[in-house]
Amino acid sequence: MRYILHSDCNGFFASVECLYNPEIRNKPVAVCGDADKRHGIILAKNEVAKKYKIQTGEAVWQAQAKCPELVTVGAHYDIYMRFSKMAERIYSDYSNFIEPFGLDESWIDITGSVKDFKQAENVAHEIRERIKYELGITVSIGVSFNKIFAKLGSDYKKPDAVTVITPDNMKNVVYPLSADCLLGVGRATKKRLENLGIYTIGDIASTPRNVLHSHLGKFGDTLYTFANGYDMSTVKPQGYSRLPKSIGNSTTPSRNMENLEDVKIVMSILCDSVCRRAREQNLAAKTVSVNIRDKDLFIINRQMKLSRHSNMNSEIMEAAMSVFGSNYEWRKAIRSIGISLSDFTFADEPQQTSLFVNEVKRENKVQLDKSVDSLKRRFGAFCVRPAFMLKDKELSSFSPKEENIVHPVGFFG
Amino acid sequence: MKEYVSVTARFDCDGNLLPVILHWKDGRDFSIDRILDMRYAASLKAGGAGIRYKCRIMGQEKYLFLEDNRWFVEGK
Repeated sequence: MRYILHSDCNGFFASVECLYNPEIRNKPVAVCGDADKRHGIILAKNEVAKKYKIQTGEAVWQAQAKCPELVTVGAHYDIYMRFSKMAERIYSDYSNFIEPFGLDESWIDITGSVKDFKQAENVAHEIRERIKYELGITVSIGVSFNKIFAKLGSDYKKPDAVTVITPDNMKNVVYPLSADCLLGVGRATKKRLENLGIYTIGDIASTPRNVLHSHLGKFGDTLYTFANGYDMSTVKPQGYSRLPKSIGNSTTPSRNMENLEDVKIVMSILCDSVCRRAREQNLAAKTVSVNIRDKDLFIINRQMKLSRHSNMNSEIMEAAMSVFGSNYEWRKAIRSIGISLSDFTFADEPQQTSLFVNEVKRENKVQLDKSVDSLKRRFGAFCVRPAFMLKDKELSSFSPKEENIVHPVGFFG
Repeated sequence: MKEYVSVTARFDCDGNLLPVILHWKDGRDFSIDRILDMRYAASLKAGGAGIRYKCRIMGQEKYLFLEDNRWFVEGK
């Protein structure tokens, strides 16, 4: 039997803000993006704000309409990261199998240190108490025999609680829950399941596997496995990192982009950021995707394949601008733009050279990128920049790489 | 209230960082007679979290916190 905990910090960003500002602790509090920079959405809320049915992801004005006395505070990622590390330090006293899922959630496999669920529950309570005492915030912890039910347990009772799901009680605890409580079931899947007359996790578990497969494909098998508690995925050891599937950055500048010149400025910064991040991880990409959102929030997403893998600023920029040029017709100004690299190989792997490219010149450019990288590492992202960026400081005064937060990848990623 | 303070501290042979003198904002110095306890803890009163030193200063027990690399005490 495995014993796996899933610890989830309750309203993480908002709890940390409330700890630091005692005067707002008993008021409805929401952590928001910067409205002046047009990032004004709710990122997290505290327990009091939850009572007003404030949703993560909605616009600040929508939330204020529901709750006029809502206290909105800006996000402080540096503090959240520090708290996330402090929580990990506590977990690491109990196991070296700690797999973070975002900043505020982690799975911890304590199979080697406990004999039964009673002991596992005691460990969970100890962790819960320690987090409250040492960090001043609360967690809810799920204890179970697989990662899926452990996560379900941490959502089951909040805040500051422990829920144990064993093979014996799972039918009573898990089966009556709505299907969308299961990891991986979102709005769309929920609807498809409802069309089949499946409303609860118990319904999923009792539906024959082939029926789920015929309606949902491979994912149907996954759901069947999850609902029955057959999931065998392991908790990764501390410090484990998998090869990224994509590296991307996007931005909503403080004003709309009106012409090609504006796009070039912003795109150049984004390209520089993603290329530097790829070079840092010794990766080279074959696919470049560009994401454009116009001022009416209409989104287009286009991509192209490069003739060979690359992480060079100039090549990626050229590709991105060519994708943009051939897909955007300038009917409207652009609100936000993003670029993403994917289809990676290691940058130092041998590559087929081209007859039509001056390889010496190309190699020189690779070296130039490396030199600029080391300058930027030492003196900051603004120390060396193309001259055309100085034309518009409003658009060019951001540094996505330094501000980049790697958000959780999906469970299936 | 969170009161950031200036502190003279020393590293012992085991690498522990121990506060020695607390410099109050009005210029007075208080030497820390004894450290009674050292643990990670949050301060709900002042709003913060870090390493909490329980110190005896002039016969009184006081908490002194090291948060990241700043020291603070819980003010009134």
